[in-house]
This record gives sequence, structure tokens and C-alpha cells, in this order.
Amino acid sequence: MKITFDWLKDYLGTNLKEEKLLEQLTNIGLEVEGVENLFDGLNLFKVAKIIKTEKHPNADRLKVCDVSLGKKEFKKVVCGADNARDGLITIYAPPGAIIPKTKTKLVIAKIRDVTSYGMLCSESELNLSDESEGIIELSSSKYEKNIGKSYFSKSNSNLIDLSITPNRPDCLGVRGIARDLAASGFGKLMNTKEKKIKSNLKQTLKVKINKENGQGCSVFGSCLITNVKNSESPKWLKDKLVSIGQKPISAIVDITNYVMLDINRPLHAYDADKIEKGIIVRNSKSGEKFTALDNKDYKLDNGMCVITDNKGVLGLGGIIGGTRSGTEFDTKNILLESAYFEPTSIRNTAKKLNIDTDAKFRFERGIDPLSIEDGLNKAALLIKEICGGEISKIDVQKIKNYKTKIIKFDPNLLKKISGFKISDKEMIKILEDLGFKSKKEKKYLKLTVPSWRPDIIQEIDVVEELVRISGYEKIKIIDPIKERTKSTLTQSQKLFHFLQRAIASKGYLETITWSFTDSNFNNYFKGANEEIKIVNPISSELGVLRNSIFSNLIMYINKNLDRGFKDLSIFEIGPIFTGYNPGQQSTVICGLSAGKKYRSSWIDKERNVDVFDVKRDVVQTLVEAGYNSENFFIDSETPNYYHPGKSGRLFLNKGKDKVVAYFGEIHPNILKSIDIKTESLVGFEILMDNLKLPKKTLNNQKISFNVSDFQKSERDFAFIVSKDIKAQDLINAVSSVDQNLISNIKVFDIYEGENIPENQKSIAISVTIQSSEKTLNDSDLENINNLIIKTVENKTGAKIRS
Amino acid sequence: MSDLKKIKDEYLSKLKRQSNLSEINEIKSNLFGKNGLISSQFKKIGSIDENERKKFASDLNVIKDELQDLINFKINEIQNAEINKKLEKEKIDVTLPERTFVRGKIHPVSQTIDEISSIFSEIGFNVEEGPDVENEYNNFTALNTPDNHPARDMHDTFYLDEKKERLLRTHTSPVQIRTMLNAKPPFKIIAPGRTYRSDSDQTHAPMFHQVEGLHIDKDINMGHLKGCLNYFIKEFFEVKKIKMRFRPSHFPFTEPSAEVDIGYELKDGKIIIGEGDQWLEILGCGMVHPNVLKNVKVDPTKFQGYAFGIGIDRLAMLKYGINDLRAFFDCDYRWLNHFGFDPLDVPTNYRGLSR
Repeated sequence: MKITFDWLKDYLGTNLKEEKLLEQLTNIGLEVEGVENLFDGLNLFKVAKIIKTEKHPNADRLKVCDVSLGKKEFKKVVCGADNARDGLITIYAPPGAIIPKTKTKLVIAKIRDVTSYGMLCSESELNLSDESEGIIELSSSKYEKNIGKSYFSKSNSNLIDLSITPNRPDCLGVRGIARDLAASGFGKLMNTKEKKIKSNLKQTLKVKINKENGQGCSVFGSCLITNVKNSESPKWLKDKLVSIGQKPISAIVDITNYVMLDINRPLHAYDADKIEKGIIVRNSKSGEKFTALDNKDYKLDNGMCVITDNKGVLGLGGIIGGTRSGTEFDTKNILLESAYFEPTSIRNTAKKLNIDTDAKFRFERGIDPLSIEDGLNKAALLIKEICGGEISKIDVQKIKNYKTKIIKFDPNLLKKISGFKISDKEMIKILEDLGFKSKKEKKYLKLTVPSWRPDIIQEIDVVEELVRISGYEKIKIIDPIKERTKSTLTQSQKLFHFLQRAIASKGYLETITWSFTDSNFNNYFKGANEEIKIVNPISSELGVLRNSIFSNLIMYINKNLDRGFKDLSIFEIGPIFTGYNPGQQSTVICGLSAGKKYRSSWIDKERNVDVFDVKRDVVQTLVEAGYNSENFFIDSETPNYYHPGKSGRLFLNKGKDKVVAYFGEIHPNILKSIDIKTESLVGFEILMDNLKLPKKTLNNQKISFNVSDFQKSERDFAFIVSKDIKAQDLINAVSSVDQNLISNIKVFDIYEGENIPENQKSIAISVTIQSSEKTLNDSDLENINNLIIKTVENKTGAKIRS
Repeated sequence: MSDLKKIKDEYLSKLKRQSNLSEINEIKSNLFGKNGLISSQFKKIGSIDENERKKFASDLNVIKDELQDLINFKINEIQNAEINKKLEKEKIDVTLPERTFVRGKIHPVSQTIDEISSIFSEIGFNVEEGPDVENEYNNFTALNTPDNHPARDMHDTFYLDEKKERLLRTHTSPVQIRTMLNAKPPFKIIAPGRTYRSDSDQTHAPMFHQVEGLHIDKDINMGHLKGCLNYFIKEFFEVKKIKMRFRPSHFPFTEPSAEVDIGYELKDGKIIIGEGDQWLEILGCGMVHPNVLKNVKVDPTKFQGYAFGIGIDRLAMLKYGINDLRAFFDCDYRWLNHFGFDPLDVPTNYRGLSR
């Protein structure tokens, strides 16, 4: 909503400064979004008289004008306007002036070898109207004496742009804003007695509101104004509209706009001669069409509120009029409409047809249902004053009566909600200034809500008014008590934060990427999940919710590779989505590592990042989080976006209840399709929701400290096994021999090839044997050795290598 | 007696002259071996006259210690000399570069969430969460924003179906609804998380982060709200004093509602919080609307309280001097390295939120 202080002063008596006004507007919840001085620099535009015009020596259509700025000051200006002629009084813009329409700054310019000092302006260039044909012609009788003076006499009242919250339709009019300001103690609301139409003429156009289901119009007020002469608006009106950045069009349109901006009462003017017989307000029928004033054709659905005549739709009530009955400069007879349209109906229609107009914006927020006649009186009298003609009596058709809202308000509620108190007297003053009527009834106030406040329905709404107008600075700070009765984080939230930092501590940079992604990328990683489409994505590249974090990570790791980084590790912890419904999502920690672990240097040999790097990061992270790696079970069944032979999945135990992580190389086909250039790309996913919270807290785990000080022995074994036997099988077999004695098992060599039969391999392990009860003697050790060999051979079909 | 002295004098001088480790070891075995000179003297003790035995034994021990000490000293000296000689040859160029160490980092948004949680933890809030995909009811209707409410226009919503029943939550406020529907008052929660609006330009991202706050109890009023936010802002920006301004505003789910500005000043292009006369909007808040409480089966005549919503990304930008919101989600390696936090920097109350 745009206003000026000057306009406000039509309703507000005050000597206060604009600076104070801006502060106060914000203080009462009418937030000042911006302040602009439209007249900044406009003082440069001077009234000037053309003394002499000559044809430009080098251009047929240009003229060279000698322009007088009075006091013997002359300028030479090149001008292309047909109407530039000797003796014409017009507006001159000097070099340095900024043309309002184009925002360009004038400079001294050579136009076809003739130097032009400035420019003569058209109305459109000055944003005075759309008239761009020729330069402005000012009447010599009025302006002769002003030559050399600034054309814009306007004071320096700034344009103030307010952000009006959707609950305050009343403040979409200057008068409403003035009322709020006055209630808050900023100035005094002036008692403006609006004149009423005095007429004996009947409104002869019959208006009927059809009583049907969902009728969007409940009141239709109108009057006829006959024999008008539509014209340009007078200067005061033009100035007013221009002062808030609107363009004057014609007196009738300008007047309806003015009344809307002034008292938030949208009106519509029809050319009465173009209405066939009478007006019927009804629900539209599917397929009905009309051309609106925005020059677009609209095809209507069933049940939209339309203003019609015998020939069809004239306009969409409260939203936009039609071209068929629009007023023009030659319009003689006008039907002026002032109606009440239901917000819901307006909103539904506008949404379906995707129309946004000033009227729609106001009606959907709720127009004062009792302002129908005020609007007609104000506009009709102005039209008569400016355009002449005769006004008829006002005709009001209604199918519903406005019911006054009454609220029983407990004054104690203010203190209860806000923490501060004001006297009942103050309370009543504020409310009455806002337009409430109040009556004390025992300990309550019986409040009659003003008709222009659709937002006030219950007691809390009254509290808001009181707090807002009293000022939020009245609320006293109550310091919080430092007390915690419940733990801040749940176990799983703690785990989330722990895993996040555990992964970061392993050299991964944390990223946050969109929860949506490119469906092309998502397809690579969605596995068995369904694609979840967004109906209205921001762009087609962000069209689906991600089924995996990989799609985004791989895209961004690629971008970084393109930036010239070779060795990168990034991760994200966040949601992936498995369905369209709330809750069909799970939390995943997903990491990617590209390039080399080491680049060759003076000290290290180079090596690509590989599966065992990510496996270490996953296993180590889980161990740090409190899971026992001795129970982990790993196999090689992984989703299809991993390298089928170089990837694994991890379970917390051999019972294989739920997969908690995948790790491995990303499938080479994906790298090829995405065209990623890197030596190696490995990744992992830890499925946080599948991680059972450890039964024992870390505290409990720490309670018993059992170590053995008896001597340990290390024994090495080399087994020859079939190629498909996994190291894990061998290790499990060994550890099953005696959990109390076997304290550690390490794989120190894997060998295939010479001296080993085909389809077999050698796995060499080193086993640490230690008792917690005694030092083992040679025969004890010998026994265990034999048992290990026997067990492994039995369980895995291995043969000890001699 | 003279025997002992002789042995002593002879071997002390021998030892002093000697600098060869094997020679010294030989002397050692000559003296202390099974049949060594000193060892055999010890064997003699039993046969010595009782009157002299005590003195003999004592003298012998002194000599034994003296010789042994010298032997040990010599061995040590020689070994040290050998080590030193070896070290001479082992000099390396320590200015050569060390092995590389790859540091991971925590994203500034995650760090900020941890900071926020730490602050609110002190005054008794616990962390709640909700899903990113929400139904229309939790995101709007239950929050007193029925269909056809113009306030819905303020949220450019991503929808997952044509009927607009499922959507990406436009704010963290639906967590209020979920929390209150699932338990009984009092409630004192914060809910940080991802939020979405179909809006994308220099200052808007289609995804951003909010933290919701909700405190419902018997007598919680706007003074508590002001106190809580005043405390939070001071703690978060780690300043002693702040300038805070409550401005009336409108949110369908709170009434009265306010937007909160903090005072700041620009010094050398950096924002200084708590000074100056510029205002910066940082959050929206208000008293939970009775209609919302009714919707979650909480009796508004018995319980009341406040709620607030803060943009986390914006807080992070202000605190850490980040000026481009889009960069948060752009994953630029250089940016992540620059603005990221060491994983060891866990914000805590006693060590301070930041270093």
C-alpha cells in the first residue's frame, strides 16, 4: 500500500514530522517497506516557451528549437515532435535531469551535428499519462507567467510504501491508516462529513442478485450518472495519483481509483448504454467467455460470481470488468457499482483464472460491508463535479444483511497475555478510537466491532489491538529460568550429531544440498524406490524428491572436480524420501571420496581412494558410536549403483536384521554416463534409522574394566581356501574356537597365483592368544593351534599351508 | 687386604684407560665372572678369621661397588658415543613437507543448529523434529490458516499432488502441531530443520532452515517471550548487550504477533550486532493463537504460551559474515573449507559457543 504524508493529512491533523510518522507506522504494525521521493530531481523540469523552430539541417523529421526559460535565458534543443512550434509553452528538461519513464540521465548530445542542450518532454516521458504523441502543450494563459519555473509544484512529500498484513484490509485505504495512527496518539482523526447524493432521479437500470448456492455477491449498490462528459482529471486528482506512483487515465477511472485508495472502497463504472436491459448478478456457467479489461479472454467455470446482462457476462464481480461495458472518453451515461463480494468466492475464482487485480486483493481480504453508500456518494459527487451530469438515487440490492459483531471482553485478559496492564479508561479510549463501541457490563466490556475489521472475531483479537496500539515496548522482559527438566536431545538425536562429527573427523567436508534433485540423476540412485515428483518444481532440474543423497553429492563433487580439485571427500547427513506421505523418509549419512588418497610425493607412493578407505570410515565411525565391530557382519549384496564386485553392506550382527551401511565403488557405468573424470570414486551410506540404539549407554559399557596381564602369544597361520571363502568366514571360524583365549585376529596376507591351485587362494592370519587366568604353556598353545587348524578346516574347507 | 687393594688399583687404572666395549666386558667377566677375581674373594669370606671377617667383607663390598660403577659408567659412555656417532649420519632435512592431513569440516548451518540447541538447552527446551513432507492440515489448517486464507499466498508452497494435500513444509511450525497432538502440556521445545518455498533468487533459496520454538504452560505471557528471545540473541551473538525491537505483525497462528529486529551497525563492511541505529529483522513470533491450541486439544483457557520461528541460515550469515545465501547449498570445496568448522569444535556452554 502506497501513501504520502500529504494524503494522510486529508484525515489526520498533525504537526509532527515525517520521520516520526515512519517510526510510528512501523510501531503499530504498518511496516514501512520503503520511502521514495518521486519528486527528487523533478524540480529540474522547467516550464519553457519555444521562441523559434527551424528544420534540422541534416534531418527532415527533426527541428532545432530555441527555447526560452525567461530572464533572457535561452537553450538550443533538438526535438522530433510534430507539435513543436513557435510560441508553444511546454516542459524542458536540462542535461542532468533523469527522465522518470526511462530513468535515463540526459546529457548534452550532438544529434546529427547539432548540439542539443536538453530535451522537450511528452506526458508519457514524465509518467503523467500514456500520451507519447508529441510534447506537452501547456495553456499559455495559465503558464505564461511560470516560464523558467519548475513545472512540478508538488511539495516534497515522499511516497511511503507500507507492507499491510493480510488481516488489515481497512489499512488498504488512507483513511484507515489515519485512524490507526490517531488511535496510537499520532495526530487527530479529522471528522470528515461526507456529502450525500441529493436526487429525485430514479436508478432506472434494474439490478438483481440471483439467490443461488454459493452466490459470491451479497449486496449490490449502484447509481446512474447521466450526461457526463468524461475528460482528463483535474490537476489535484492527477497529482494525488501521481504522488503514489499511479498513472492518471481519465476522470471517471481516476475517481474510482481515488475512492478505492482513499477509503478502501472498490467501485466499478460501467458505460450504462452498453448494458442490455438490466444487471443480473449470478453464478457463471461452465464455458461462458468474456474479454476483460486486461484485454485477455477468460473462459469461466461453473459457480463464479459474474455481473451479467441479457447478452452475457459483463465482468467478474469484485475482480475485473469487461471491455464490452468499459467507460471511455466518449461515455455519456455511467452505472456506478459499489458491492460486497464474499472473500472466499473472490479468492477461488481469482485462483482458478490466475488473475490478480487491486480489487481482488481488497475483496479477498474483506471490504467494509457498510461502505457501499459512502463509496457511491463520494465517487458520484466527484464525477458530477468534474464531468457534469445528473446523479440518480442510490439503489441497493441485497440478499444478506450485515450482522454486527459483538465481543464480550474480559479486560484482565490483556495482562494475562501481554504481562502489562493499562487502565480500563485507556483501554476504552484505544478501542473507541479504533471504531469500537464499548459498554461496561459488570467486569466485562461489551464491544461492538467496527464493520471494517473482519479480522476481529474473538477476545484475543481485541488483546492484539490493545497491545499493538499501547506499544510493544510496554512488554517487560521476564528473564528465563536456567532449569532443565528433560534432556535436550533424545538418544537418536545424540547419535545423529555424533555420527555427523565422526564422519567429518575422517576428512569429509559436510555439505547441505537440496532435498530435491534432478530426476535424471535420481534415476541412477533410486534403487527400488518410487520417484516422488514435485507438482510445481522451481525448475525441471529440481523436479523430484531425492531417493538417495548420492544424486546431489555426485553432481556437486563433479562441479568441484571441474573447478580443478582432484582429491575430495564430501558428505551430507539428511533425509531421503521413499514415498509421498509424511514420515516416508529416513535419515542417511552419505559420503563420497574422489581421486587419490595420496598423490606421489617425496615421502609417499601414490594410491587411489578405494573401498577399504570408505569401509574403514564406516566401521570406525560405528565403533566410535559405540557398536562392537566384532559382531559386524558384512556381505556383498549392494544396490545397483555400486560396483557389483567392489562394494559391501554391513549389519550390526550376524543375525542380519537390518542393513546399516553400504560402501563401495560407484558403478563405472554411472561415472561414464555422468562423465565424471576422476581416478577413483568411492562412497558410503549409513542408514541411521536402521541403527539400533546401543542397549548399553557408554557409561554402562565402561563400568567393568577387565584386562589380562598374562603373557600373550602370536601365532601365524596360512590357509589355502576356495576363492569364494571370505576372510570374514575364516576369522569367524577362528574366533569361534575359544572367545576367551583368542583376543585378536589379523589378516596379513592374501595370495593367489603360483604354487596355489587354481580357484584357491591363501589367506595368512596372525592370531593373538591370551588367557585371563594364567600364562599359557607350550602344550596349551599347541592344543589351541591344533584346534584352530581343525576348526577352520572343518568350517571352511581350508587346508593349512605347510 | 693388600690383595684387595692391588686388584682394585690395577683394574681401576685398566678400566680408565680402556675405551673398547668388548675389552671392558672382558674385564667385567675377569672380575665378576663365576671364577672372577672379585667373585673368588667373596667365596673366601667364610674361611677368614672371625675377627677380620667383618672388615674384609665390608672392604670387599666397597671395592666391588667402585669397580662395578666404573664398569657401568664406561659401558654407558661408550654406548652413548656410539649412538652419537650414528646420529651424526642420520641428519635429515626437516624442512621437507610433512605428510598431508585431510581435515573434514562441519557445515556452518549444522554448527549454528548446535549452537542454538546449546543455548536453548540451558533454559530447558528440548529438541523435537518433524518430517519434511507434511500434509496440508499440519502445515496450514491446524495453524489457523484455512484454505482460502490470503496468508497462504505468503508461502510459495511446493506441492506433491494436484489436490495440494501433501507438500514440503513451508515452515517448522507443523512440528508444534505434531508435538502438541502427541503429548500433554506443558511444552517447551525447539524444532530446527529444513523448510521449503518455491522461491529462488539472490536472497531466497528454495530450501532453507528454520528453528521453531514453542513454550506452553499455565502463565506464559509476552514478557517471557521477550525474555527468552533477548537471552537467546545475546547468547547467540555472544555480546553483553543487544538492542531488540518488537514490531507488531501478523501470523495466522499467533496473536498478538511480532517481528523482531535487532540493532546493528556496519563497521568496515562488517555487521556489528548490538550497536548502531540500523535495524535488522531476524525472526517472527507471538502468542500461540487459541484456535491453534483448540486444534491440538489443548484448552486455551488453561494453557497459553508463545512460539517463534527463526531463520537459521540468516543467523549463520550474520554471525559468521557470510553474504550469499545460495553459497550455503552450492558445495563449493573452497567455501566449505573456509566457512566450515572443525568437528572438534562442538559448541558447548562452558567452553563458549565459538572460538
